[in-house]
Amino acid sequence: MGVPISQILLTTGFLLVLIGFWGILKHRNILRIIIGFSLIDTGMHIVLVATGYITGGTAPIIDEALGIKEAATRTVDPIPSALVVTAIVIGFSVTAIMLSFAIRLHATRKTLSIDALTESRW
Amino acid sequence: MRRVFILLVVAGFGVIFAGLVAGYGERQTLSALATFYLTEVPADLGAANVVTGILISFRGFDTLGEVAVLFMVAASVGVILASEPGDKPLLLPAIGGKGQGPSELVRNGAEVVLPLIFLFGTYVIMNGHLSAGGGFQGGAVVASGVMLMMLAYPTGPLHHGFLSITEALAGVFYVSIGILGMVLGGGFLDSHILPRGDFGTLISAGAIPLISILLGIKVGAELSVIIDRFRS
Repeated sequence: MGVPISQILLTTGFLLVLIGFWGILKHRNILRIIIGFSLIDTGMHIVLVATGYITGGTAPIIDEALGIKEAATRTVDPIPSALVVTAIVIGFSVTAIMLSFAIRLHATRKTLSIDALTESRW
Repeated sequence: MRRVFILLVVAGFGVIFAGLVAGYGERQTLSALATFYLTEVPADLGAANVVTGILISFRGFDTLGEVAVLFMVAASVGVILASEPGDKPLLLPAIGGKGQGPSELVRNGAEVVLPLIFLFGTYVIMNGHLSAGGGFQGGAVVASGVMLMMLAYPTGPLHHGFLSITEALAGVFYVSIGILGMVLGGGFLDSHILPRGDFGTLISAGAIPLISILLGIKVGAELSVIIDRFRS
């Protein structure tokens, strides 16, 4: 069988999260920081979905291939999938707000570097 | 020094994550809640797609809250990007202004692809209770079509007020259906207010397709408003 599917998904998701962390910490350009945040977001979604995988499970959609009777035995957990939809919407919202702040920053400081924001530094 | 610090942080998280992955055993059985959903959604609600059933019915209030979040984002992006009168526009008027318009490729491509995108979005919304998809997903597809339209026709016919009114009306109808569920059915956003119909057909699963369509219209309009705010 090799490596279990959920292990592959978890590794992929956590790798994306790590790349996102690295991007946020490394770069000073606010757009790259936002891209790093999006990577963390996407990685977390993959991790969440991976925790819902049941060995040998299929999508929780009932059709010719999956009768009502076997729905409770042959499918993956539908709850993480439903929750990830929420997470995607929230991630999108946060990204949109951050991008508009980036536009504001560029309009007032003529730069995208967060080094320009010195007054809010502690 | 900084680089070493960053490497240490990332490596530390990497060790934690590696431990999580190594210690994770793939699940073999469903939880009791998942089993409940998997049996109740097809039997009681009549929806073939269990995830849509959970989103629209069991977690319908949550979905309404998400739509409210999207609305708030559209509003606050507008507030943040609003320029005072007399100020010069925040973004360079590169598109639609004196600068070069969209290329031939984008415009002709949009003419071919746009109807297909909107058709696909409608299909995904309409079949949300039968196959993979639903209001959110279809709405996002429609909004991507709107984005292509804005790129291809910067001074196009898309009116901001139209989007706002569409979004507001869809929201009003959404909440009205929820209140109807309280009056006629068992609670807010109860989908039993319409007959369940034959399992697996397009018009079935009570009010779920109706709520899904309203959700799709609302999400599509809201995302389009957000994109439009970034444009102007």
